[in-house]
Amino acid sequence: MVDHVLRIRDLQVEFKVYEGRLKVLNGVNMDVGLGARVGLVGEAGCGKTTTMRCVLGILQSPPGKITGGTIRFRDRDVLKMSQANLQKIRGGGISMIFQDPVAALNPVFTVGDQLTSVIRYAATKRMDKKEIKRRAIKALADVQLPDPDRMFTSYPVQLSGGMRQRVCIAMALATEPELMIADEPTTALDVTIQAQVLRLLNELVEERATSVIFITHSLGVVKEMADWVYVMYAGSIVEGAKKEILFERPMHPYTLGLMGALPKLTGGGMAEGIPGRIPDYLNPPTGCRFNPRCTQAMEVCAGNRPEFREVDPDHRVACVLYGGEADEQ
Amino acid sequence: MAHLFEGDRLGRRWEGFKKAWYKFSRNPVSVIGLVLVLAVSFLAIFAPYVSPHPTHARTYVNFVEASQPPSGSHLFGTDVFGRDVLSRIFFGFRYSLMMGSVVLALVVIPGVVLGLLAGYYRGTWIDTLIMRITDIFLAVPPLILALAVTSVLTPNIFNAMMAVSLMWWPWYTRLVYGLASSLRNEFFVQSAEVIGASRRHILFRELLPNCVSSIFTKMSLDMGWVILIGSALSFVGLGAQPPTPDLGTMVADGAKYLPDQWWISIFPAFAIMVTVLGFNLLGDGFRDLFALEEI
Amino acid sequence: MNSDLLAVEKLKKHFVTARGTVRAVDDVSFTAKEGETLGLVGESGSGKSTVAYTIIGLHAPTDGKITFGGQDMSTGVSKRSRALKRSMQIVFQDPGTSLNPRRTIEQILSLPLQVHGIGDRKGRRSSVIELLRRVELPADYLFKSPHMLGGGERQMVAIARALATDPRLVILDEPTSALDVSIQAKIINMLCGFQEEMNLTYLFITHDLSLMRNVASRVAIMYLGKIYELAPTEDFFERPLQPYTKMLLSSIPVVLPEEEAVKPSRIVSEGEIPSPVNVPPGCGFHTRCPEMEENCDADEPQLVEVQRGHFVRCHKCAEPVTAEIAGKE
Repeated sequence: MVDHVLRIRDLQVEFKVYEGRLKVLNGVNMDVGLGARVGLVGEAGCGKTTTMRCVLGILQSPPGKITGGTIRFRDRDVLKMSQANLQKIRGGGISMIFQDPVAALNPVFTVGDQLTSVIRYAATKRMDKKEIKRRAIKALADVQLPDPDRMFTSYPVQLSGGMRQRVCIAMALATEPELMIADEPTTALDVTIQAQVLRLLNELVEERATSVIFITHSLGVVKEMADWVYVMYAGSIVEGAKKEILFERPMHPYTLGLMGALPKLTGGGMAEGIPGRIPDYLNPPTGCRFNPRCTQAMEVCAGNRPEFREVDPDHRVACVLYGGEADEQ
Repeated sequence: MAHLFEGDRLGRRWEGFKKAWYKFSRNPVSVIGLVLVLAVSFLAIFAPYVSPHPTHARTYVNFVEASQPPSGSHLFGTDVFGRDVLSRIFFGFRYSLMMGSVVLALVVIPGVVLGLLAGYYRGTWIDTLIMRITDIFLAVPPLILALAVTSVLTPNIFNAMMAVSLMWWPWYTRLVYGLASSLRNEFFVQSAEVIGASRRHILFRELLPNCVSSIFTKMSLDMGWVILIGSALSFVGLGAQPPTPDLGTMVADGAKYLPDQWWISIFPAFAIMVTVLGFNLLGDGFRDLFALEEI
Repeated sequence: MNSDLLAVEKLKKHFVTARGTVRAVDDVSFTAKEGETLGLVGESGSGKSTVAYTIIGLHAPTDGKITFGGQDMSTGVSKRSRALKRSMQIVFQDPGTSLNPRRTIEQILSLPLQVHGIGDRKGRRSSVIELLRRVELPADYLFKSPHMLGGGERQMVAIARALATDPRLVILDEPTSALDVSIQAKIINMLCGFQEEMNLTYLFITHDLSLMRNVASRVAIMYLGKIYELAPTEDFFERPLQPYTKMLLSSIPVVLPEEEAVKPSRIVSEGEIPSPVNVPPGCGFHTRCPEMEENCDADEPQLVEVQRGHFVRCHKCAEPVTAEIAGKE
């Protein structure tokens, strides 16, 4: 019985560099249900993109290395799959939208060319050219691009940022994936265009019941886009909860710090940020990696890594403040 | 903080060197290149001491020993004058390396400076002036230009070097022009302008360090090219003249005796190949060496 | 009573390109008083960055006048005096490229000291260490290269560099847009501290309205090269008049319910932002304006003061005032 599209358990990844080994991922736990909209919030360097690369099987293998944990996509172990099978998944099961639409689209091919190659690649049955073109134009119309026929023959450089990102969304959805990963898709866009694109994504995802992992560093965006939110810090998930619950009753000190550091539209001056800096991945703090910066740190925090456990219904935290035995490191 | 980190400087330099070596040696092929270049350089510098018959490098005749195939006493055989091919190859390395070094020494600085100026002043008359002159020189095929120059002047190795230098500098200007004109609009250059830094500072302290990687890589690859072109000139008699043991001349002289006395031609040709290969592989290594590590 | 430090009058900056004239800045006027923070907000193509670059001298104005401390400085940076360059600095938006990757932090921070003859060679290193201390970076960063630092730290170095000459005006072009929320809070607090300490005037450019609310004393919103609304911060956010301002404010993703409450009701933006090569006739915003009226596509509205200190460029909003003026004449 498969009720989850994706299940990551205790993922650990290291990178080998001149100075030693960077312990980049230190226990990532995530569940993505069927048709769920999951938000992954974390700051730069926390490991969100590395995690997604592991899911897609595109982690650069030297210098990166998966040293522990499992990733199950549709109940199949991704980490043990052959390249051939991984390719099938990347084409058919999981697709990705990247942050920078300029970099994601090939400037020397038309939008139509790129879209049709995606459709052809992911096709489960043979389709003739007319059919492929028809589907491509329909995909462009689905993402609310004006004049899809003209868009088909345009080059990416002729389009604005918002339009390009919609093309990327069209390409991602053209393969009819079960899981779509959107890595900061609107960060590079203007605020009003961002609002448009987010609304579009929401509509599309709802129509097709695709599962989505929405990666962002903006809590405001995640509030609009996700049903379930995971907060990530320095290589592990520290809190995961249903959206309403997370915003109402955040538990982990890092989550509290993040929410506190946001400038409020209502004014009142800037709050204090979170003291300290992100840890050195060469020699990360023992135990909970947030403990050097945590205002509520205790002695035990530097001991064993806290377990990511369910503390309330639909609310999981990795923090000894909320009880539970700490993990063996 | 009285000492202000002064004493530590040696320690930091050593760390920097170790890190550089780490980056360079990631690719074993680059290390092979380095070894080859060092070997050739060693043989060139110490030729009078390591070659078995150093006098054979100059005028020497011994018809008794002439045209001997490779043997114990003459590892690479002897040529028609009885000269030991191996020793002459060691001395030949001197001329090859000298040619490469002299040409690059003459060419790199003016070429780079012109490229920096043209790139920084892109769009102005300075750019147009410099780049059109560059274009003119680039339009002439290098070997033809070298042949033309050397045939007008007396053929000797010095003039061959001049000829090659004359048509080599534009490539550096082109290279640096491309880099400098795109770097010119980066925020760090604009910061320097806003701060009020002098043009000299911007050209040489902001732009140039970002071009160094490409310049060094090109220099290494160019050593190979210059040596080849120099050898080609010598081969057609417009470069080093006999009895100078220049590798190209040796290949030319020995060509007449192929395929029977193959060793007279083939070994020098092989020596050219090894030298050029070494510099090419080293050039690849430079690229890795100068790469910025991402966090 | 603080005097006007910076005065910009009818500033124009046009770029002639193959595709037509880009009217990046098209008749912009404002003043900044000593010690205040003037905020400049806008989306892509608004011209906010071009205004900044023209003021700092990276572009020479096509028309108009810039006065600083009473001195006319409407020229490019190469024609400006050294003293002028010393008193005005800029912090750029991308910490990745605003520091030369091939120089050390020490070299980068020594440059302004060297150029303006501050201190002598021997004392320079300790001056640089002092600069690092002010932005809370350790002294041994002297020998590091920018690529070894995180984005937030690089930006702190850029700020230290800007402050090195003891300037009077600092232009901050999206200083924290590329950074995480917790680092942003730290940097903004640091900047506010410096402002008080050194009586600095800031021209603060950002697209993040929540941030703007907490840093600026007055805010101007730009669109296609013109200012469409300029008001003291509280008026701008609580009583916006221009439809574009309202649209922008309504599109921001926020977290707290009280923030949601202060936002104007959701105005969905349709269509793309026009390019400054092709500015729509009449009011530049009329193609996307939900409150467009008859003459909006023909007559260009002027920037008028509708209330004390509150300027708007809009036919509809300015009606009562223009009528009053017309009546008086």
